[in-house]
Amino acid sequence: MNDSDDFLLEPERYELAGDPFLLFDRRDLFRLVGGGIIVACLLGEAPAQPSKKRPFPGRGSPSRELGAWLHIAEDGAVTVYTGKVEVGQNIRTSLTQVVAEELRLPPARISLVMADTGRTPYDFGTAGSRTTPAMAPQLRRVAAVAREMLIDLAAAEGKVKRESLSVADGKVTGPGAKPSFEFGHLTKGKKLAKLIDEKSPTTPVEKWTVAGTSVPKVDGKAFVTGTHRYTSDVKRPGMLFGKVLRAPAFGAKLTGVKTTKAEAMPGVVVVRSGDFIGVAAPTEHAAEKALAAIEAEWKLTSQPSSDELFKHLKSGRGRGVKGGGRGRVTGSVPNGLKAADKTLEATYTIACIAHAPLEPRAAVAEWTDGKLTVWTGTQMPFRVQGELAGALGVSSDRVRVIVPDTGSGYGGKHTGETAVEAARLAKAAGKPVKLVWTREEEFTWAYFRPAGVIELKAGVKKDGTLTAWEVHNYNSGASAMATTYEVRNQIAEFHSSDSPLRQGSYRALAATANHFARESHMDDLAHAVGIDPLAFRLKNLSDARLKAVLQAAARQFGWGKGKPPAGHGFGIAVGTEKGGYVANCAEVSVDRGSGVVRVVRVVTAFECGAILNPDHLKSQVEGCVIMALGGALFEQIRFKDGKILNPRFSDYRVPRFRDAPRLETVLLNRKDLASAGAGEAPMVTLAPAVGNAIFQATGVRLRSMPMVPNGFKAEVR
Amino acid sequence: MPTIKELHVNGSRRVVDADTRRTLLSVLHDDLDLTGCKYGCGEGRCGACTVLIEGRATRSCTTPVGAAKEKKIETIEGLATADKLHPLQQAFLDAGALQCGYCTPGMILSALALLRKEPNPDREEIVRHMNGNICRCGIYGRIVSAIEQAAKTMKEGKR
Repeated sequence: MNDSDDFLLEPERYELAGDPFLLFDRRDLFRLVGGGIIVACLLGEAPAQPSKKRPFPGRGSPSRELGAWLHIAEDGAVTVYTGKVEVGQNIRTSLTQVVAEELRLPPARISLVMADTGRTPYDFGTAGSRTTPAMAPQLRRVAAVAREMLIDLAAAEGKVKRESLSVADGKVTGPGAKPSFEFGHLTKGKKLAKLIDEKSPTTPVEKWTVAGTSVPKVDGKAFVTGTHRYTSDVKRPGMLFGKVLRAPAFGAKLTGVKTTKAEAMPGVVVVRSGDFIGVAAPTEHAAEKALAAIEAEWKLTSQPSSDELFKHLKSGRGRGVKGGGRGRVTGSVPNGLKAADKTLEATYTIACIAHAPLEPRAAVAEWTDGKLTVWTGTQMPFRVQGELAGALGVSSDRVRVIVPDTGSGYGGKHTGETAVEAARLAKAAGKPVKLVWTREEEFTWAYFRPAGVIELKAGVKKDGTLTAWEVHNYNSGASAMATTYEVRNQIAEFHSSDSPLRQGSYRALAATANHFARESHMDDLAHAVGIDPLAFRLKNLSDARLKAVLQAAARQFGWGKGKPPAGHGFGIAVGTEKGGYVANCAEVSVDRGSGVVRVVRVVTAFECGAILNPDHLKSQVEGCVIMALGGALFEQIRFKDGKILNPRFSDYRVPRFRDAPRLETVLLNRKDLASAGAGEAPMVTLAPAVGNAIFQATGVRLRSMPMVPNGFKAEVR
Repeated sequence: MPTIKELHVNGSRRVVDADTRRTLLSVLHDDLDLTGCKYGCGEGRCGACTVLIEGRATRSCTTPVGAAKEKKIETIEGLATADKLHPLQQAFLDAGALQCGYCTPGMILSALALLRKEPNPDREEIVRHMNGNICRCGIYGRIVSAIEQAAKTMKEGKR
């Protein structure tokens, strides 16, 4: 299943809202940056009749879109403009590397302007692991073209053949360093612009010297010294602190409110617009006190609780919700089941979980002369720009959204509620307002990874050949739902449902849930026919990349080379998502007395094409494994009557130091393949590998994520 | 309303004028612009707001500023000198022990409290001491390695 299928099946997840529109023409770009060289990438198909009058397409030529662009100033400064967002995936570093590679320039001499709707080209958002496969190639191309332009200029200037010139360390030089030109000295007051398309050539991977190496986080020093300013650290002159009145439960209706006490407090502004009630005050403390002084009455409605969630999702299927439909149908499942020696049917469930980014949603809004500037930690600055324009009744070109490098997102920061709230408060107060959601607000009023029910039915022959595979996913999503194994007779069907909680994107989407079900089921099938789980998988796989990661993980782990100690178990799982291929082997210990389940050791083999930065890739893989561990073992949102019952870190358990197993990561570098993103795919096979290890240790199959929220004993009553 | 007029931060006396019931976090972060201490949970359960008070790792989000009167406060901004990072800061960079970096100042200060008390911690001790700090990006192994490395560097520096 590819991305476009995901879009079709889950229109609300990878939000494509907002028409790509062009903010700049060529003069705008130069006005922004001064003279020098600009190279910009055009996306999409070339128009049938290119217009000579409009070398940079502006509004009114929607067929092509301006992608990333690069500027070399007359002082030699190289600046890259991209709409992508840094949320800890370290793309600021990897994108810098690919530019450094093509410009033959040290990474420290390149700066990236990211995610600023006033300066960077439109971008749909930082999601779907698209930065590496889509943005990195654009930047490689613009940088390569800029380098060739510099060589042309130097050849003309020095009256030498361009073939005699080489580029290194910010200079274009001839043999014996004569002539030698600094990058910045070649344009001589001219403004040179070039538009390129998506096909211009770049340095082949095997010749990389900067890309493909473990360049450290480019601005790492700012983070370890505490000087980096996240949105929540932005300070503006005269800035007030905002708070918003929240309903006591989802769907509650405001029936009465008294704000007089809050209004009487010194320096406090109370804002009311429909059901939106907020305050702004000179300190956060004063804002909290003002909010507490507001007396509100609410009418609550009865709603499904987490205890009846799965029943609800099945009964509510398809009711008035878009999406659904068959993911894949081949052959005849009934015939396949008839041909099987063993059939196995089971239901898996997946709870709602929270992203819980350590920096909660935050925004600082400032109005100047009817124009709005908002600093906010979002993965989708242009979408948020549109949301702000709509909510505040201003046109988009009067709204600027700036995203400082953000305290993580994990798919949880696609929307702009906080930005809109801060903008409303700032408008009413006539001063800039900062709004930082509390942890409780973050746990309650953001959105959740969808819960789901997955029904699986499969048939297998005694020799281990799969004959039938039927999967139904209710609500959790269609990503990676269709099996990765070769099965002649298949049905894969996604059923949308009516979720009691607001749901949205989450790192790896439903691929985590679908892999959990599939790879747990595969383990059961292997045991049913008495074949080793590794051999059973290999027998039914044809994809060489899947086989390669599976074998690499097994080799590193020593799969089949020994039995686990008493109370321990080994588990294995393999899968693919967003162009990344992953396999995990896990060792788990289960103390039947205390019920404590510990993941002792995890081996991950991962492959995502040509590696841009091995150490950062390894870090992503490690982080994915730990984050996945939370959802596998203990993370779950509990709710009742529209209230979240555990909206705090003291009640919602996330992985901590003590939970971290020994990690071994094997990276397969496929220099012959395009680089894919890696922030999501390494999530997907950890849960089934752990579940399969628990099964080996105990003989008990756990089919619900999280598997042991209250320890092992609670699961086997 | 009782107020506090001065805080002793990173070796200097800083003028403030704050209601003593405000959190130390908000006064450091919002009034003194020491934004290295971060809000993460407001209940002392994530460690992003960690500062040192008299050398002890303290959750500034649950500490009323009044309780810090006359006490020596250290924040991340006070660790590096003009030309040199603190060994812990350097070790975090060298180990690649940060992704989004939001937890990093709190991690470094928690680790500093440990290393001052116990210059030779084993991994087990590091894990026990650091367990109250959350890295949602999940790179705990790298953070432990960074602390081990910093311990080595700090010992060598003393020799």
